[in-house]
Amino acid sequence: MRYLIDNFPYVLSLIGQHLVMSGLSLAIALVIALPIGIVCARVARLRNLVLGILGVIYTIPSLSLFVLLIPFTGLGLRPAVIALVAYAQLVLVRNVVVGLTGIDPAIVEAARGMGMTAAQRLWRVELPLALPIILAGVRVAMLSIIAIGTIAAFINAGGLGLLLFDGVRSSNPEKIIAGAVAVSALAISANGILWLIEQRVFQATRGVTGTKN
Amino acid sequence: MAFIIADRLTKTFPGETRPAVDQVSFEIKQGEFVVLLGPSGCGKTTLLKMINRLYEPTSGRLLIDGVDVRSMPATALRRRIGYVIQQTGLFPHLRVEQNIAVVPQLLRWDRARIEARIDELLDLVELPRSYRRRYPRQLSGGEQQRVGLARALAADPSLMLMDEPFGALDAITRARLQEELLRIQQRLHKTILFVTHDVDEALRLADRLLIMRAGRIVQFDTPLAVLAEPADDFVRDLLGADDVLRRLSLLTVADALASDGMNGDHTAHGIQETLNPGDNLREALIRVLRSGGRPLPVVENGRQLGRISPDIIASALTRKTHALPD
Ligand SMILES: Nc1ncnc2c1ncn2[C@@H]1O[C@H](COP(=O)(O)OP(=O)(O)OP(=O)(O)O)[C@@H](O)[C@H]1O
Ligand SMILES: [Mg+2]
Repeated sequence: MRYLIDNFPYVLSLIGQHLVMSGLSLAIALVIALPIGIVCARVARLRNLVLGILGVIYTIPSLSLFVLLIPFTGLGLRPAVIALVAYAQLVLVRNVVVGLTGIDPAIVEAARGMGMTAAQRLWRVELPLALPIILAGVRVAMLSIIAIGTIAAFINAGGLGLLLFDGVRSSNPEKIIAGAVAVSALAISANGILWLIEQRVFQATRGVTGTKN
Repeated sequence: MAFIIADRLTKTFPGETRPAVDQVSFEIKQGEFVVLLGPSGCGKTTLLKMINRLYEPTSGRLLIDGVDVRSMPATALRRRIGYVIQQTGLFPHLRVEQNIAVVPQLLRWDRARIEARIDELLDLVELPRSYRRRYPRQLSGGEQQRVGLARALAADPSLMLMDEPFGALDAITRARLQEELLRIQQRLHKTILFVTHDVDEALRLADRLLIMRAGRIVQFDTPLAVLAEPADDFVRDLLGADDVLRRLSLLTVADALASDGMNGDHTAHGIQETLNPGDNLREALIRVLRSGGRPLPVVENGRQLGRISPDIIASALTRKTHALPD
């Protein structure tokens, strides 16, 4: 604990780095996963193929994926973000697919029967109704990004992994504990915040909130 | 010219050999209430969905108001046709007012017009305006179906397609909604195509019954005509056409008096039970029997028009069902 207190500004800056790396990865991962998931929800034949490929990517050990990317991208934040985006795809795409395909067919039929275009249906009906499940995927993806992100310090991407690696290298348990505590705190707060958002969205989209807008 | 003209409309689903709807032709006039009746799987839903192009016909033509439905975009067509389904299909994440506003919004009505329309529709389907802010989940099944009806009526379509809209409701709620649908129909003169499995519902609502079997129309006529002269044993069994009470429920006291030539004595009898000309004969028979089989006077505006006896009811039944008015 003493290390954490003595070096608080430094640890804080590492938390900042870690947060930027994770947030950036999650944002990019979502931008990619949403259209892939929407297409997979529409085209049943693509679904298993795409999820299969993403499953394989998910099983590559993270350290080897980071290292494998270095020849193409060099060291630093870039290979780290690419690898984290790749890992997050499985959970995100799968939840988009499950969320969209799980909607009551009568609701979709009503939307069609009332004359909504495919885009109107997607934005006004399908995505709002799938949102709670998509957000659950976002939360799980964020937690694994934060965890796997610690390993990115190995390829000079910074973040809280630095404390862990330095601690191991210099046999400094104080540093290791500080790193572990900081990563856990980050993960727990991210989980809590995302869970709260998820609950609010769930209530709103299921029509179970009170009367306020 | 007829409002809806179907010309050898056929739908064969991919991979199927037998068409689900097979060379179906019919004409429906503006303002008619047509009920589709037939056993499960005979193609009622398929036929309905070809009208708003949720299914594209394999062959054949469909004209609405003289226009081939394929000559306009499917979305534009559907916004002009009300669509109500059994499961309601209400959007659970939208409030009642937002659900009702969907089609007017698609049609880009201005805000004030939509707001006024929502109130008007809630009044029409007899829901309190305070329900505007509720979510579908906060409503009973009957109330949800009322919202479904209001939503389908929102942009004032001249044609309504209703696929077993009251199928999931209890008998009392269903009867009330049938009554209100008839009231709305009398007021707004919509053309309605209504699918049901419930024969009594069909007889009660229909101007004409469209009876289907295995993708084809077996009979398309008024309830009375179909009951009196079922096209074949299938129709007879389907409707329970031999059921005398069912047939009586389609005739009124006035019908019976007209065919009887008004031969009652016109003396007053003091305080006793009376019938109205508009009562149906099923009701009248029950009351005549309850008063010991004695003829009951028919009174309108204090004037006695005649008397109804079991004999008159019996002869009205045979006469009406053999010599049909057209
Ligand atoms: N999307 C579809 N794909 C393949 N076959 C279908 C499809 N929809 C309906 N069918 C078939 O077409 C036939 C007619 O079905 P339809 O749903 O029109 O019957 P229905 O008269 O509405 O029955 P119910 O009273 O049970 O609702 C059935 O044999 C059904 O299996
Ligand atoms: Mg059906």
